Amino acid sequence: MSTERGRIRVSGFETERIADHDAAEPTGDDAEEAEDDPEVQNRWVRVIHQLKRDRLALTGMAVVVVMLFVAVFSRPIVVGDVTVQPLSLTPYDPAQTGVGDRYDSPSLTHPMGTDRLGRDTFSRVVAGSRYSVTIGFVVTALAASFGVIYGGVSGYFGGTTDGVMMRLVDVIFAFPALVLAMILVSLFGGGFIPLVGAFALVGWASYARIIRGEILKVKQNEYVMAAKALGARDKSVLFRHIIPNAIAPVVVQATLSIGTVVIGVAALGFLGLGFDPGTPEWGTMLDAERDTLITGAGGTWFWWTTVFPGMMIFLFVMSINMVGDAVNDALDVQVDDVRGGGG
Amino acid sequence: MDLLKFTVRRTLASIPVLFGVSVITFGLVHLTPGDVVSQLVAANPDASQADAVRLRREFGLDDPVWVQYINWLGDVLTGDFGEHFTSGRDVSALVWARLPETLALGLFGWVFALLIAIPGGIYAAINRGEIGDDVSRFAALSGISIPNFWLGLMLIAVFSVQLNLFPTLDPQEPLLSTSMLWWLVLPGVTIGTAASANLMRIMRTSMAEELNKEYVTAARAKGLPERTVVLKHVLRNSLISVTTIAAFLTASIVSGSVVVETVFGWPGLGILFVEAINVREINLILVITLFTGVFIVLANLLADIVYALLDPRIRHDY
Repeated sequence: MSTERGRIRVSGFETERIADHDAAEPTGDDAEEAEDDPEVQNRWVRVIHQLKRDRLALTGMAVVVVMLFVAVFSRPIVVGDVTVQPLSLTPYDPAQTGVGDRYDSPSLTHPMGTDRLGRDTFSRVVAGSRYSVTIGFVVTALAASFGVIYGGVSGYFGGTTDGVMMRLVDVIFAFPALVLAMILVSLFGGGFIPLVGAFALVGWASYARIIRGEILKVKQNEYVMAAKALGARDKSVLFRHIIPNAIAPVVVQATLSIGTVVIGVAALGFLGLGFDPGTPEWGTMLDAERDTLITGAGGTWFWWTTVFPGMMIFLFVMSINMVGDAVNDALDVQVDDVRGGGG
Repeated sequence: MDLLKFTVRRTLASIPVLFGVSVITFGLVHLTPGDVVSQLVAANPDASQADAVRLRREFGLDDPVWVQYINWLGDVLTGDFGEHFTSGRDVSALVWARLPETLALGLFGWVFALLIAIPGGIYAAINRGEIGDDVSRFAALSGISIPNFWLGLMLIAVFSVQLNLFPTLDPQEPLLSTSMLWWLVLPGVTIGTAASANLMRIMRTSMAEELNKEYVTAARAKGLPERTVVLKHVLRNSLISVTTIAAFLTASIVSGSVVVETVFGWPGLGILFVEAINVREINLILVITLFTGVFIVLANLLADIVYALLDPRIRHDY
């Protein structure tokens, strides 16, 4: 395909498509683009092929999928007065006290024992998946979208804009994520939305930095210059041509940071800042029972109350990190989540 | 560009960042609803609304926020960090009293991380694709995936309570004594695990990259023993890229100290910070956050300078 524009002859481009893009809002419809563009298609299809062969990644993926499933079906979901999801996987109400004796050891009726108020630990652990898992995904989606736009704009325009915008990122990097999140949560108060807000506000900066670095490289490409020469607007050049080609390291960072967020949320719960005491969130559950570790009333340690909730955090984070590692290898971008470990 | 010029430029570049750190710290803490006065008044049934007004004026809490910021910054630059509302003591005195405890813990964590990560990374890179590599990769992955507070709880449960090897009580001895080491081991290991795992992964990658370079082939072709090639040539070059993330890992250790000190009852800055957050001690929150921010900016600065010192190519980027 070639086009004559004045005296310049451009080949290999569909100018109508670029003109169309300009008119339409960037929809981010990757599927459509992938069909038209064999280069893009090959890359992501290749990645999926490679992931399918990676046993560790598949195991991790399976655990994550099961946990997502459990998070949805653990308790009925009611919106307003309408029950959207009537199933309940928990054998007991996680908040109901006295369904067993205090500190029953694990048995067939209570597979993970009961806690100090006679609540069923298994039901609480299952119901708790909802908090950690959803916060992990929601925060990552929010932080990554904002970070990509911020870093994209900064890297694309460069110069003073870039200088000023990146200083803010530097400032955020100067605080340990957990410390900043603690202050924000004490500012907003605990609960689901404040926690999501706090971790998203803390997390976006790393995506901004990563995509900016990538965009500085990508924008040197001739196709970017060509798109501009053909009159494409900045918005369309950035969102349709540059970001899709710079997104790979962001995908890796996102998969690896879901785990970091989950650990961070649980850490706040453990410090008593996340949810109300008694909430079946994994970190909060550990906080409620940690004194039994040392005193162990009567000299026995009720191990099931501290082992199981922590093991669930570990299991989920480990699984998602196995997927992240495999994506990293497949895309070959070498991102290391150096801010990991308790956020 | 010479090293001095780079150092000066890089140092100047961190000034706006430090300024930003102070603005954000101050802004965040002052947006918090429910200041310390309302808490003091709520705690004391005799206090009247007039007392609250008087206290607010005394603490300067009824000025516009930017006036409060400038006053605060002026005070901070002259070394006055304000007083602890409930005890009336100087907050910087509290911080100085706790700082050595946190530094000792952090240092122990760092040493532990390096001792595990460097040899582990070298081993994994040399035996790439073999069983030892798989085992160490799996260990590193577990290390970054395990929540540090849970790891701490499990270490206490197994080594202190069940096996009785380490003390279960909060630290009792003076910080600089040999018996204190017993108290340091478990929290130190807990705080160092995540950093160690991260470092090991990076060490492995950077080492494996270096091993593929031509100078390695040349050194081998010359007939140098593999040991010399690895330890003398490759290790030195791969350690350079490790320096760049040292500052990030410091941040992870600082974050970790908040949680780990709470788990082990370690009397450092982290536990002080959690208490300050719980009772809204504004001055204390401010000073600890500011300290942390400045510390990390300086750690980054130092890491960059060391990097430029080791690798002259980097100096041109600034």
